[in-house]
Amino acid sequence: MLTATSLSKSYGTLKAVQDVSLSVASGQIVGLLGPNGAGKSTTVAMLCGITTPDAGTVTVDGVTLKAGAHAAKALVGLVPQDLALIDELPALDNILLFGSLYGLGGELLRSRARLALELVGLTDRARSRPATFSGGMKRRLNIACALVHDPKVLVLDEPTVGIDPQSRNHIFDNLETLRARGKALLYTTHYMEEVERLCDRIVIIDHGQVVADDTQQGLRARLPANPSRRYEISGAIDPGLLAELQSRSIQSKPIDDTSLEEVFLHLTGKALRDAS
Amino acid sequence: MSAFTALVRKDVRLFASNRRALLMSLVAPILISAFLGSVLGGTPSKPQAVPFAVVDLDRSPVSQKIVKALSEDSSFAVQSLPQGPAIDLVRKGTIRAAAIIPKGFGEATTKALFRPTLTRPVIELHYDPSQAMTLEMIKGLLTQHVMQVVTAAAFDPSAAAPALKQARDSVANSATLDPAFRTDLLNMFKDIEVVNNQSLTQGSGKAGIAQGLTLPYTTRDIQVTNGETDYNAFAHAFAGMTVQFILLMGVELGVGLLLMRRMGLWQRLRAAPLSRGTLLGSRIVAGTIIGLLLMSGIFAAAIVVFGVRVQGSWLGFVAVAIAFAALTSTLGLLIAAIGRTPEATRGMAIILTLLLVMLGGAWVPTFVFPEWLQSATRFVPSRWAIDGFDAMTWRAQPLQSVVWPVVELLGLSVVLGALAISLFRWEE
Repeated sequence: MLTATSLSKSYGTLKAVQDVSLSVASGQIVGLLGPNGAGKSTTVAMLCGITTPDAGTVTVDGVTLKAGAHAAKALVGLVPQDLALIDELPALDNILLFGSLYGLGGELLRSRARLALELVGLTDRARSRPATFSGGMKRRLNIACALVHDPKVLVLDEPTVGIDPQSRNHIFDNLETLRARGKALLYTTHYMEEVERLCDRIVIIDHGQVVADDTQQGLRARLPANPSRRYEISGAIDPGLLAELQSRSIQSKPIDDTSLEEVFLHLTGKALRDAS
Repeated sequence: MSAFTALVRKDVRLFASNRRALLMSLVAPILISAFLGSVLGGTPSKPQAVPFAVVDLDRSPVSQKIVKALSEDSSFAVQSLPQGPAIDLVRKGTIRAAAIIPKGFGEATTKALFRPTLTRPVIELHYDPSQAMTLEMIKGLLTQHVMQVVTAAAFDPSAAAPALKQARDSVANSATLDPAFRTDLLNMFKDIEVVNNQSLTQGSGKAGIAQGLTLPYTTRDIQVTNGETDYNAFAHAFAGMTVQFILLMGVELGVGLLLMRRMGLWQRLRAAPLSRGTLLGSRIVAGTIIGLLLMSGIFAAAIVVFGVRVQGSWLGFVAVAIAFAALTSTLGLLIAAIGRTPEATRGMAIILTLLLVMLGGAWVPTFVFPEWLQSATRFVPSRWAIDGFDAMTWRAQPLQSVVWPVVELLGLSVVLGALAISLFRWEE
């Protein structure tokens, strides 16, 4: 559904993104991970048509994203990291505004807006202004604004920053619903547990390049063997028996507690990335 | 609703919902215009009398007549006071000036009238330095009344005889006067005596020259507006303040776009399937509409509350308003295109705006500027707008008189808009 091929972008001498390729299929959530300054935001901007790549192409449902051509843009919904809401307008009016920008109008727009509000659980706050919302409610409204035109692809740039577990869980449920409806979702985050719960595939980007593109299992397999791997044995163990097991080749199933965070740090290093 | 309309509507709604911006842009110009207009003359009315005090230390018939004449002059609100309290009132700013008529004034002036070589008595004028402009007016009116009273006294047949005799003797005994000139002067004194004697014989005493020298003319003051209504100082004040606050509104629009960039809203709009023309064009149209709405509100108050009238062409008035609103909107866009941070941009833009407004004649009329600056301000767009509004209100000019200012304003709008679009940073 969403395909990026050999995207590159430079700002002066800084090569922000180099030869990045990725794809997201319908009914799939792909995580886009990377340290600060790795090139995630530039990649997202190119995928949404905000920034024009120096090289490479983006296609959405077979339609090429080009400057001045809006057909592909209309197929993408962006949930930006910054809350792109207008505090002075009621929640429903925010959604109606963004729907209007995608050419919707009349009853179709109003019904889509109601559905979007319903999905994110804000129906009863339709007439309230975002200024009165909690952080979690604002994040959900931010998602609703991106969904009102029923895009085939949803790009979510750190959509759960600074919210409570309940709101985060609600958003996860929303995203899983959208996946079940066949939407293609690209999800950028710094939270590994989110990726573990949501993502079918993970793309890790660093220094403007893709360093990994795999499933969770595939990524875990990239770690070198860990000699200190722990085992859990159920039930009471006789010390003599334990000694005998240790002297033999142990046939047991190890608990795989290798976290994605370990994989991430293995691939991108542990040095701080303070550059934005 | 099209995307363009939705964006325009959004900007207008946002501006309307921002109470601070509304207060700044609508109420503030009305209040300041009301103040400036009233200071500069307000609505047509009788001129106010100048508060003024006279201290008569002489108490002679001449000085008493001067005080009476001043009191009867509607240009003055005269108080007759002792010297100390009179000067105190000037110091406090309660009155504009106090004239001290010295002892012996009446006698001395009658003598000095015919003998320029004599030391003339001095009227001390204590005046408020913050009201120095009224000093010249007071001097002029004082001169008129003193001359009238003193000459009347000089030519009073019964009172003037001793002074005339003294003057005639002085001339006759002068060793330095040219003989021919002396003869002329003596003849003049003789003629005066003849006239005085005739007045006494006829028993009038108040006829002819005995009334004193009066101004040989009067004036009729005619305001050059449209000849139908008097000048309303609020008209110019509202024109100036409207231009100032609409320009400040334009600055806010520009800064608003920079804030949208900072908050990520601009990026979100750019992700929508909208052309650059739609994004920037909607800002220009929204800014123009907001400017027009504000101008409508401000001038509605001017018309309803302060009696300002569009005595020229309504079409011309609307054309100036639209052209200036468009100019302000494109200026705001240019500010957004050039500016980096909202804070720094706002500061710089406000300074530029105030400079434009000052040079445009909104604060003080441009005629007080030096000649070279007056010539330079002909190229200042705020002056085009203020002159245009003046022409369509109190100057009562026809539509043709604002064609060129409107063309200039619209032309500059196109230039600023093109510049803003070419300089606009699309890549973050």
